[in-house]
Amino acid sequence: MSSATNTPIAVSRSGGSVRRPTASIVIPGLLLLLLLAVVLSATVGAAGIPLVRLPSALGLAALDANAAAAARDQLILWSIRLPRIAVAAMIGGMLGAAGAIMQGLFRHPLADPALVGVASGGALAAAGAIVLGDSQFAEHVAMLQPVLLPLAAGLGSLLTTVILYRIATRGGRTSIAIFLLAGLAIAAIANAGIGLLVFIADDRQLRDITFWMLGSLSGATWRKAMTVLPVLALGITAMMFLGRGLDVLVLGESEAFHAGIHVERLKRICIILVSAMTGVAVSVCGVIGFVGIVVPHLLRLVIGPGHRLLLPASVCLGAILLVGADTLARTIVAPAEMPIGVLTAAVGAPIFLMILLRQRGLVGL
Amino acid sequence: MTHLLTASDLSLTIGGAPVLRQVDLNISKGEMVAIVGPNGAGKSTLLRLLSGELRPTRGAVTLCGRDLRGWPPEQLAQRRAMLSQHIAVSFPFTVSEIVQMGRGERALSATRRLIDAAIEEVGLSGFRDRELPTLSGGEQQRAHLARILVQLACGEAASGPALLLLDEPTSSLDLRHQIALVDICRTRARNGTAVIAVLHDLNLAVRLADRIVVMHDGKVVADGTPRETMTRDIIRQVFDIDAAIGTVTTTDMPYLLPQSMHPLSAP
Repeated sequence: MSSATNTPIAVSRSGGSVRRPTASIVIPGLLLLLLLAVVLSATVGAAGIPLVRLPSALGLAALDANAAAAARDQLILWSIRLPRIAVAAMIGGMLGAAGAIMQGLFRHPLADPALVGVASGGALAAAGAIVLGDSQFAEHVAMLQPVLLPLAAGLGSLLTTVILYRIATRGGRTSIAIFLLAGLAIAAIANAGIGLLVFIADDRQLRDITFWMLGSLSGATWRKAMTVLPVLALGITAMMFLGRGLDVLVLGESEAFHAGIHVERLKRICIILVSAMTGVAVSVCGVIGFVGIVVPHLLRLVIGPGHRLLLPASVCLGAILLVGADTLARTIVAPAEMPIGVLTAAVGAPIFLMILLRQRGLVGL
Repeated sequence: MTHLLTASDLSLTIGGAPVLRQVDLNISKGEMVAIVGPNGAGKSTLLRLLSGELRPTRGAVTLCGRDLRGWPPEQLAQRRAMLSQHIAVSFPFTVSEIVQMGRGERALSATRRLIDAAIEEVGLSGFRDRELPTLSGGEQQRAHLARILVQLACGEAASGPALLLLDEPTSSLDLRHQIALVDICRTRARNGTAVIAVLHDLNLAVRLADRIVVMHDGKVVADGTPRETMTRDIIRQVFDIDAAIGTVTTTDMPYLLPQSMHPLSAP
C-alpha cells in the first residue's frame, strides 16, 4: 500500500491504444538526425564553412581552385570544430544514457545525475584533484591530468550515487521524495566543497575550476575525445545486457528477482555505469544538467518505456541534443559563447517541472 | 513419494519478532494448495520464503530436492513463477509489453504464441496496446497474471512441472474473473504444476484448492482437505468469528457463511 504513494504515472494523453515505432525505424532515424546535426554544426560558427566546401575541407574531395580558403577550412574543421562535435556528441550520449539508466534504477522519471548531486560529487572530486593534487606534486600531476581528472570525477560520482542509493532505498523500495531531497542536500554539500576549493585555489587553478563549472565544450580536443570514447563504448556494450533487467526492475525488486534477475548485480552495474559516464562527462565539460531528464522523457512519449530500445535511443538523442545545443551556444551570442549548461537548463527545467506537475500528489512529498 | 517443494522447520524472525514459527509444508506435482488465515498470520511471508525471495532464520526450503539457497535466480525462474500482491509500474508499459517480460531471454518469435495465449486466457485480448496505468486495478492484476503464466509456460517447456505461487491473486478481480482464475490454476495443475495461492475468500479457497493450509500467528494450525479444515471450530479459533458451514449438495463441498463476531455470539 505504501508503494502506491510512490507510483509516478506518466499516462499518454490518448489513454487508449498506443502504437509504437520499432527499433528498425527509431535507431536509423535518430542516426540520420545526428548526421544532420553534425553537418549543421560543422558548417556554422565564427568562421562559416558553406556546405559546398565541406567535402574538400574534410579532405574527401580534391582541393578546388581556392586552395588557401580550403586549407583554412581544413584547419578549422579538423583542429577545432570536429573534435568539439565529437566530444559534444559523446558527452550528450553519455548524459542521455546515464539519465535513462538512473531512472530505471530508481524507477522514477525524475532521476537525473546532474539534478541529484551525482554530477556535483564528481565535480567536487575533480576540483579537489586540481587544487590539492596540483599543489603537492605539481609537475607529475599536470601530466597525469587527462587521466586523473576523469578518474577522480568518476570516483566522486560513484561515492555520491552509492550514498544516495543507501539513503533513498529501504527494503527494495525507493522513496522518490527522500531521493530528490537527499540529492539536493548532497549537491549543496558538494557545491560548498567546491566553494571552499575555489577559495583556496590559486589563479590558474581557479581558471581551470571555473571553466567546467560553467559547463563548456570550448576546450574540446581530440585527446579529450579519446578519453571519453572508451567509457562510452563500455557503456553502450553494457547497455545491451541491461535492457531486460531494467524493464523487469520497473515492476519492483522482488518481481525482478522472481523473473530471474540477479537484482544486486544489476543494481551494482547500473550504479557503476551511471557514475562512470557522469564522472567522465563532468571531468571533460563540467556539469551539464537536464539532458538526462529531457532525453529519456521525450523518447518514452514516442517509443515507450522499454529499455532495450530506450537506452540506445537515449545515446543517439542525447548526442543530437548536445551537438545542437553546443552549436546554438557558440552562435547565438557570437563572437562570445553562451555557457552550454545555461542552454540545457533553459530547455530542461521547464520539462522537469512539466513532469513534476503531471505527477503532483503522486510524489508523496 | 517425492515432493516438488519441501519446507521443513521454517522460522523467520524480523527485528526480534517471530513472524513465522516452525512451518512444515510439502507440495507435490499437480497439487493445488490454498493458504488462508487472518491478517498478519504470516501467509505472504511464507510465500516469499517459498519463492526464495526471503531467507529463513531457521529451517530450509528445497525445490526439486535442492536447497533454494543454491538456486541462481535465472534457474529458479524456470521452476518457480510468482505473482506478487501490489505491483506498482512507474512507466507506461503496454499490456503486451508487460506480458512479454515473462519470456525472459527467449526470443519474441519463439514465444509469441504463448504470449498471445496468456493474454487471451486472462481476457485482455482487446487491451494489448493499452498502457497499464490507464487500466483498472483488476485489469492490471490480470496483465501481471498473464506475464506470470508466460514465465511458467516457458520454464515448464524447458524443465518440466514447476511451482506457481500466487499472493492474493483475486484481490481486485470480480466474481467472473475469480472463477476464471480457478480454471486457469486447474488447467495448470492437471499438467503437473504445483499451485500455492494465498487467499482471503475462504469459499474461493474451497473452490480452488485440493488442500487448505490454515495459518494463525505465524504457525500452521490446520492442513488438509477443505472438509477437514473448514470447520466451525477452526474458523472460530483462527478468525474469532462464528460461521455457519453448509454443504453444496451437488459437489459435496463445504461453504461458509460468517454469522457474527464470536464474542457476541457466545451464549
